[in-house]
Amino acid sequence: MSASPSLNLHLEEVESLSGSIRRLRFVNAAAALLPAAAPGAHLTLRLPGARRMLQRSYSLIGPPGQRQWYDIAVKNDVRSRGGSAFLHAARPGLQLQASWPRSDFAPVATARKHLLIAGGVGLTPFLSYLQRFRATGQDYELHHCVRQSDVAAFGRWLDCDERVHLHCATPRASLELDGLLARQPLGTHLYVCGPDDLMADAVNAALGAGWPLRSIHSESFGAAAGDAFTVRLARSGEELRVAEHQSLLDCLEDSGRTPSSLCRGGVCGVCVTEVLDGEPEHRDHYLSEAERASGRRIMICVSRARSQRLVLDL
Amino acid sequence: MQFKRNERFRDEYHYANSDAAIRRFPFPFADDAYRYSVNLEPHVRGAPGSVYQALFDIDEHYLGELQDRAITLQRDPLRCQVLPHLRIAQWDLLELLMESLSTDYPDWFGLDRDGDLWHWRNRLLGVDDRFVFGDESSLPLPPFEYITRQVQGDFCLCDQRDEQLYLDGGMLTSPADWSLDFDLGMNFFEWHAPVPMAHESRVFERALKYLMRLQQGAPVRRLNWTTTVNPRLDTAPETYADWVPERQHLNRQNAGERLFLRVELQTLFRLPRSGAILFSIRTYLISLAELARVPGWARRLRRVLLSLPPEIVAYKGLARNRDIAAHWLARFEDDAERLRGVAAGGDPGL
Repeated sequence: MSASPSLNLHLEEVESLSGSIRRLRFVNAAAALLPAAAPGAHLTLRLPGARRMLQRSYSLIGPPGQRQWYDIAVKNDVRSRGGSAFLHAARPGLQLQASWPRSDFAPVATARKHLLIAGGVGLTPFLSYLQRFRATGQDYELHHCVRQSDVAAFGRWLDCDERVHLHCATPRASLELDGLLARQPLGTHLYVCGPDDLMADAVNAALGAGWPLRSIHSESFGAAAGDAFTVRLARSGEELRVAEHQSLLDCLEDSGRTPSSLCRGGVCGVCVTEVLDGEPEHRDHYLSEAERASGRRIMICVSRARSQRLVLDL
Repeated sequence: MQFKRNERFRDEYHYANSDAAIRRFPFPFADDAYRYSVNLEPHVRGAPGSVYQALFDIDEHYLGELQDRAITLQRDPLRCQVLPHLRIAQWDLLELLMESLSTDYPDWFGLDRDGDLWHWRNRLLGVDDRFVFGDESSLPLPPFEYITRQVQGDFCLCDQRDEQLYLDGGMLTSPADWSLDFDLGMNFFEWHAPVPMAHESRVFERALKYLMRLQQGAPVRRLNWTTTVNPRLDTAPETYADWVPERQHLNRQNAGERLFLRVELQTLFRLPRSGAILFSIRTYLISLAELARVPGWARRLRRVLLSLPPEIVAYKGLARNRDIAAHWLARFEDDAERLRGVAAGGDPGL
């Protein structure tokens, strides 16, 4: 897949939603409209880290489709790898680069009802869902597992709505998943976003209640990226470092090479390359099972390395 | 560019390409043999004057093609249908087309926005409308039909769900022998089921996976092709009786004027608010006589036609006429002289 163009954003305002959650509003630094986004879409910001640029994704929480500004909510996580700490210190006027919004978690247009289960800031993709559902009159029900201290943070999106249910007890005593999933009408779609254990419990409860897989959706970020690794080009002996958020193909192109490629999404087969050593992590849809198992060929536009180093016939 | 007047894509047919249109024609063959592949690539802007210069190409046939669309719709309103869950996708498409056209062709199209109050001008068709974005009642037609009656090419809306794409809406007045009314609601594999040979090589499986990950702001394109006797846009199953018999009229004498290479520039965009995919099909027609004026094209097309397996000959409706076309094109087999001249910087004859 070709990369989306990037955006230059200007931080216009910040607001404290709770002791640890902050809302940030960005506008287009070019004083133009921003691209519209779907409910559940996220923005990937490029943030300066201690040693290198970080890429961090945040759900857009404003009304879906509007193009004046992008709002995100960021929790100041003590285990932060740099992204949330940076954004909690940021002041209006800051300029940042971002990808166009991506939508990998849009609600299903034909659903009869949307059942949303969120844990903590896993609520953020659902804030735009709620605004869409209210605007179009679609049926929904939201269950949010949240610490008492964070309840007020999202009040303006959730208050005065009898279809929103908060679960503040720890552990989640008041959210009885089996009963909840069993009593949903036919045609309901389930969306879960939050900590891994909540996602696993909700998905398993749905499967246990006989829900079809296609009606169960859970959000996960960052599938396109992976661990950094080294690629050695056998013909020149040169070694290059493929960064976390960089594809092998991009890395080769950044170094001034022009390997054959077409779709950039792992389907056309044009960029197939011989692997001389190392273990590929196949992410394409082109190679056959036998070719994958042999580990001798790789589609450099999407696939990565399982080993520390890959040696390619380039 | 001079817009053609009085073009007719049916009955007494009146259609021709200018030299400029021949020069920019998206000739689809990079090789002497043709086979199916996932030939998708990023839809990036191309050279000035090429069909890739704008996101949506407007050319000299604009007036005639949209008049032909209006005739087809008047006779058969089912050529334009959108299922109710794609309501937001209709506005997505209207926004994409109005923004692109007014940016790429400011002399012909204009768009002013004050929040949700929009003012749209199409000087080619004499349209000047103010409406509220998102409010169907403020437009004279549903947003999808309103805007696609003003833009060349067919447009399909595909909803993504259940790990599939569903053909849930379309404006289809120049289909290469397929029916929107029949295919509406089908998934990606179902609506491609009639294509021979490609399923075995998993072409559609791979294409579907690619398209499901299509991202906003990063559209893709491919070229597809077939042939049509006479410059006819409406080759739909609904009107078989009007155009299939015309295949019998082709002979070795008239093939140059009456057989057309029909190339589809297909582009796919992720639509932002709805998450649906726009599949647009921009059709270009060129007669054998016209394309033979570009050195190498006649020779290449003849070789491609002769390389086709029987399944594809049948699928592309060429069973009767493939050999007639190849015979007509054979006179250009030895234009190697001219090719060498062009390579040396000579005039290509246009």
